[in-house]
Amino acid sequence: MIAVQHAVDPLSVPSDAPEHCPGTESELAGKTEACAGCANQDICASGQTKGPDPALPFVRERMSNVKRKVLVLSGKGGVGKSTFTAQLGWAFSADDSVQTGIMDVDICGPSIPTILGIASEQVHASSSGWSPVYVQDNLGVMSVGFMLPSSKDAIMWRGPKKNGLISQFLKDVDWGDLDYLLVDTPPGTSDEHLSIVQYLKESGIDGAVVITTPQEVALQDVRREIDFCRKVGIRVLGVVENMSGFVCPSCKTESQIFKPSTGGAKRMAAEMGVDYLGAVPLDPRIGKSADYGVSFLDEYPDSPASAAYMDIIDKIKQILGE
Amino acid sequence: MAAIETPVAKRLKTIKHVIIVCSGKGGVGKSSVSVQLALSLYASSPIARVGILDVDLTGPSIPRMLGLDGRGVLQSSEGWVPVYADGSETRLGCMSVGFLLKRREDSVVWRGPKKNAMIRQFLSDVRWGELDYLVIDTPPGTSDEHLSLLEHMAPVHSRLSAVIVTTPQAVALMDAMKCLSFTRTVNLPVLGLIENMSGYVCPCCGEVSNVFSTGGGQEMARQEGLTFLGSLPVDTELVTLLDAAEAAMPEQAADEPPRRTERTFRLIDQYQQTSSSKLFKPIVERLINALAGGGVGGDETVQA
Repeated sequence: MIAVQHAVDPLSVPSDAPEHCPGTESELAGKTEACAGCANQDICASGQTKGPDPALPFVRERMSNVKRKVLVLSGKGGVGKSTFTAQLGWAFSADDSVQTGIMDVDICGPSIPTILGIASEQVHASSSGWSPVYVQDNLGVMSVGFMLPSSKDAIMWRGPKKNGLISQFLKDVDWGDLDYLLVDTPPGTSDEHLSIVQYLKESGIDGAVVITTPQEVALQDVRREIDFCRKVGIRVLGVVENMSGFVCPSCKTESQIFKPSTGGAKRMAAEMGVDYLGAVPLDPRIGKSADYGVSFLDEYPDSPASAAYMDIIDKIKQILGE
Repeated sequence: MAAIETPVAKRLKTIKHVIIVCSGKGGVGKSSVSVQLALSLYASSPIARVGILDVDLTGPSIPRMLGLDGRGVLQSSEGWVPVYADGSETRLGCMSVGFLLKRREDSVVWRGPKKNAMIRQFLSDVRWGELDYLVIDTPPGTSDEHLSLLEHMAPVHSRLSAVIVTTPQAVALMDAMKCLSFTRTVNLPVLGLIENMSGYVCPCCGEVSNVFSTGGGQEMARQEGLTFLGSLPVDTELVTLLDAAEAAMPEQAADEPPRRTERTFRLIDQYQQTSSSKLFKPIVERLINALAGGGVGGDETVQA
C-alpha cells in the first residue's frame, strides 16, 4: 500500500523548496539527494539557514504592540470562518477602549471586506507603513481584497507569492497598538497557515478558534486541522459548531440541515480532547447581514443566534484571560 | 498536440473527457456536486466508465462521500490502482489523497511544490484505463492545485472543460467570479454554472426557506453569458446519504461481510431515490450533450 510520509518538520520547509526538501533547519539541509540542483543548496549546506528569517525581527517589532493574536481556522471551506471572525471583531470593538485588528490571509478568496461592508475601500501607504482600513475607530482591517482593481479579479498565485504578501501584512502594516489581532484563514492546511504560524512563532500565537459545521464530512477536515495545530504547536482555544439546526420561519420547528451523523462537534471535541465552545444555529439573516456588510449582532440582538454568538465570544474572552 | 508525449499525456490518452469542478469559495458543495456528477454519469449508460479524482489535498472529502473511507491504494505494474466504488464492475474509479493517509485525522501539511508533485503523480501514475469521463474535484481558491492541474494537463487541453459551482449569496458569487476569471485566463471552456444550496424545504411544513438567499447564480450566469445548468436546493436526504456512507456499512457487514459490491450498488440506488438525483439528471444530460459537441443549448461556452 502507498502511504503519505511525514518525516520533516513542516515549518522549516521554505515555500519554494524542491519537492522533497528536508527543511532548512534540518541537519541534512543542503546535503540530501533532493537538494541537488536546488538554487539554494550552497546556502543551506553552509549552515546560514539555521538562523532566523530576515523578516522576523520586523514582524516581531510590529507585533510587540499587539497583546493577543488569535487565529480562526477550519479545515473545511464555507463553514463560516470569515463571518465568525467579523462578528468576533465587532463584538470586541463594541468596547471603545479595546483596539482590534482583523487580518484576512485568505488570498484567493478574501470575504472579510464584503462582510464588514468596506469592500470598496483601498489601502493607503504612509511613512509608518500601510494603513489598515477602519470599519470604526477601533477596528482596523487588512485584506488583499483592498488591493484588487476589481472584485472580479482572481489572484492566481502559487505559495511563495502568497507568503510574501502575508509577511508584508505582518511587518509593513501600521497596526498601531492592538488588544486583539484576529487572523481569518483560508480552508485547508497549506502555505498560508504554515506562513502565518512561522512568522508569528516568535511573537507567540495565543490560540486558535476552530469552526465547523455538524456533518461528518466537515468534522473530518476539522480533525485534520486540530492535528495541524498540534504539529505546529498552536493552542486550540475551542471548537465552534456553526449552522447547527435551522428554525423554520413559518412553522418554528427546528430541523437539522447538516445532520450531525457522528455526534457533531461536541463529540468530536471530546474525542480530540479540545474545548467545545458552543453552537450557533443557522439563521438566514446571518448570511444576509454578511452580504450587506452589516453586523448581525447589532441588527438582531435578540435572536437566538446572537445569544449563541455572545455566549461563545464571552467564553473566548474568558479563556484569553479577560 | 501529439508531439508532446509527457507521462501525463500518455496516461490521459485513454480518457475522453475531463470535467473540472471548481468554485472560488469553499463549502459550496463542489465535492457533493462532483460525486453526484460521477454517479449520474455512471448511471447515464450501462457501459459508461467514470473516474473521479480528488485534488483537494488538505481536505479530501470524496472517499467519505462514496463510502470508501479507510480503503487503500494498491500499486500494480501499470501504476496505482484506483479504488473502485462499484466493486467488481470497475466502472467508477476514485483516487484521493484520503486513501494515502494512515489515519483519517492525519493532516497533510504541504506547501505548493509538494502538492504539485502529488497532482502530477495522480495524473501520471494512476491506472485509470479507458474512461469516458474523468471528474476532477478541486479545492477552493485559484492557487497551486489549479495551476498545477492545468499545467500538467496542457497536452490534453482540448479535452478539458469546467463546471462552476456556487451558492446564491453575494459572498460566494464574488468568489465564483474570481473562479470564472481564472478559467478565462487559462482558456478553459466553462460548460456552465450550478447553483447549489438554493433554498431549503422544511421537513415539517414544506415551507421553502432561502437559507443562503436565491437566484444569484442564475443572475450571474446571465450577466456573464454562461449556461445556467440548474439550481439544487439543500437536500438533507443527500447530505445524510453522503455523510453517513459509513453507517450503512456495519449493518451490511453483520449480514454478509464479503459482499462489498452489493453495498456500493446500494449507494447508487439510494442516490437515485433522492430528490436531488432527479434534479441532477437534466443537468447531466445537458453536459453529455455539450461534451458530445452539441453545445449546451442556448448560449455557447465562454470565449477566451
